[in-house]
Amino acid sequence: MSSLPPGIPAAIAPPRAGTLQRLARRRSTLAFLMTLPLIALIGSLVIYPFFYALYLSMLNKRMTKFVGIDNFTFLLGRETFQMVIWQSVIFAVGAVVAKAIIGFVLAHVLHALPDKGQRKWRGMLLVPWVIPPAISTLAWWWLFDPSYSAFNWALAGIGAGPVPWLGEANWARFAVILVNVWYGAPFFMIMYLAALKSVPDQLYEASAIDGATGLQKLRYVTLPMMRNIISITVLFSLIVTFANFDIVRILTNGGPQDSTHVFGTYAFQVGIQSGDIPLGAAVSLFMFPMLAVFAIFILRGVSRRSKEMAG
Amino acid sequence: MTLKGMTRRDALRAGVAGAAASALPLVNVHGQTSGGRLAVGFWDHWVPAGNEAMRAIVDDWSKKNRVEVQIDFITSVGNKLLLTTAAEAQARQGHDILAFSTWLVQDHQRMLEPVDDVMGRLVQKYGKVNPVSEYLGKVGGKWMAVPASSGSQNKGSAARIDLMKQHAGIDVQAMYPAETRLGPGADQWTWETFLTAAQKCNAAGMPFALPAGTFSDATDWIGAMFRSYGAELVNAKGDITIRSNDKVKQALDYAARLFQHIPGEMFAADDATNNRALIANRSALIFNPPSAYAVAKRDAPQVAEQVWHFPSPMGPAGHYTPHLPFFWGIWNFSRAKPAAKALLEHLSQREQVEKLVAATDGYDIPAFDTLTDLDTWSTVGPPRGTVFNYPVKPHHKAEPSIAFAPAPPEVAVQMYTQGIQAKMIARMVQNKEPVDRVLAWAEREVEGFNR
Repeated sequence: MSSLPPGIPAAIAPPRAGTLQRLARRRSTLAFLMTLPLIALIGSLVIYPFFYALYLSMLNKRMTKFVGIDNFTFLLGRETFQMVIWQSVIFAVGAVVAKAIIGFVLAHVLHALPDKGQRKWRGMLLVPWVIPPAISTLAWWWLFDPSYSAFNWALAGIGAGPVPWLGEANWARFAVILVNVWYGAPFFMIMYLAALKSVPDQLYEASAIDGATGLQKLRYVTLPMMRNIISITVLFSLIVTFANFDIVRILTNGGPQDSTHVFGTYAFQVGIQSGDIPLGAAVSLFMFPMLAVFAIFILRGVSRRSKEMAG
Repeated sequence: MTLKGMTRRDALRAGVAGAAASALPLVNVHGQTSGGRLAVGFWDHWVPAGNEAMRAIVDDWSKKNRVEVQIDFITSVGNKLLLTTAAEAQARQGHDILAFSTWLVQDHQRMLEPVDDVMGRLVQKYGKVNPVSEYLGKVGGKWMAVPASSGSQNKGSAARIDLMKQHAGIDVQAMYPAETRLGPGADQWTWETFLTAAQKCNAAGMPFALPAGTFSDATDWIGAMFRSYGAELVNAKGDITIRSNDKVKQALDYAARLFQHIPGEMFAADDATNNRALIANRSALIFNPPSAYAVAKRDAPQVAEQVWHFPSPMGPAGHYTPHLPFFWGIWNFSRAKPAAKALLEHLSQREQVEKLVAATDGYDIPAFDTLTDLDTWSTVGPPRGTVFNYPVKPHHKAEPSIAFAPAPPEVAVQMYTQGIQAKMIARMVQNKEPVDRVLAWAEREVEGFNR
């Protein structure tokens, strides 16, 4: 009570705050409490399933015995699974690069349009992204249909022969990547457009005074200003594309001859359809280290650039 | 504090009275269902009338036995039934009775209540069960589920009467008439005759729509063809019998010759491609249950009038028709096992099966041989009797079969879902790989399933 001002009796002095009250007053505690629902959600829908999948992947087929990493080593020795790894990489990297380029071009075209027309085009270009992919992929399936393909009908109109869109390995790979690009490019477009709008006009004016050409403005002004958003968008899209399931499942079911299987569809076939849940869990977990490597590199670059900009 | 003249005490009193009053009907409901509660997950039938017939049968049983039955019809579209089964097995809770498609009894055998008592009485009454249902429904000599008529199907030939007559010179209606006898030419309905017919129909622009991807329609007919040649990839003991197996080579050689006359697009076909080809008047023959016919009856009646169902061709090692059975299983975590068994036994009686088959225009195939003589199969049309030969009947001298049997089911299911035989054909036909390389590839794949 030595801290009380003189003349104030101890009995009427405000009581000293308890530990709980002090904790509640701290801003970090408040922040923690407010994020608690989200933490609980992530814990129950992401962290728990992840560790459960890890546990499942270490059991034998009947889930009665712990087998350590046997399922993983078994998979790595399988010709079909090696093909699935390659295809997942080709599918994800191919689709993300194409989406990034198309999104970048579209964002620039939109940015150059006057405000009134821009809104209309922006809305229309976002349509593929807002349609649930399970539905839009069905429409694509009809376009690629082995017997009644609308594309083949159009090709026949100009005298060209039919293309085995889903019946031949390379065409089928092209088809699944094409649909993924169609679906995902608007996301890149909208992110890049937002980034473009945040680049200060003064930078372009200054570079114009210095005599920069359009290409030089793109290289020395636009790209450096967009690098972080490009990196984060690419990372986000890589994660989503690697984990893709619906497009491949609906279009090709992994065929022909397993040539379009990705981790998700193969895990489903092995785990749920063939009744080998531990092996299916092991297939799906292969995505994790690959994505972790991508994420580390990309996020390290983002944080380095952020520090440079702050410095 | 009052609310429109009502005090808080009044409101509480009214609440208590209301709660008491609302409890009264509950007591009555409970009184009506003293036999307990049963939750059942049936397969959502393609033919909507199938669900209505099932509900009526179960409601009737429920009233007579004072058991409250909650029915869910779970679609197999989008693998919902498959996922529901997997989820209930993991959670160890859900329905008491669930419909298990083809291989799922084997997958979940450890979690199912044996039903030997029910099957014992049914077998005594109706005779033997078809070999596919026995292969898939029994584990270690014990019945782990009851073969269901609802959803069980055959995938024999569904051919155009006019086109087969015109282009291939085969009168399919005369060959397999709607009577319990074989007609002229039935003894010649072999895979070689089939190939000649495929060639002629293809030349006439009406190819046979035979899928060769990894969907079940492809796996089923190819499986029956391999079996007809005695071409086992894995035998009943689990030994891999692929390399230096002349019968496998013979089946592959046949497939390579046949696919000269099948459109290349069939390697990308799904389970609907063949149906559409028949309905759109673009194919002379498919292997399918009468679902394609049912759609044609609605959308293209002139096509439906010319469709005739009959068994698949025979081969040097036997006569097999693809059969995909459904089962009704009781989870071992169910708390209403006696009631569940009683309901399943009731559903398997001839009167109930007859109602279900009639409601589905003959789509459902009962597992008992003595139940393949129901009236519905004689009367459905036009043409009248089109599905008479859809169930495998004793006079067909054929056997229902499933691809990859008699391999141990835990290996067979993996070969089945991965469509190994179809991929072998695709490697030969599409990739032009030599047969030895195809066999070596298949052996490596199957070794992995045997782990």
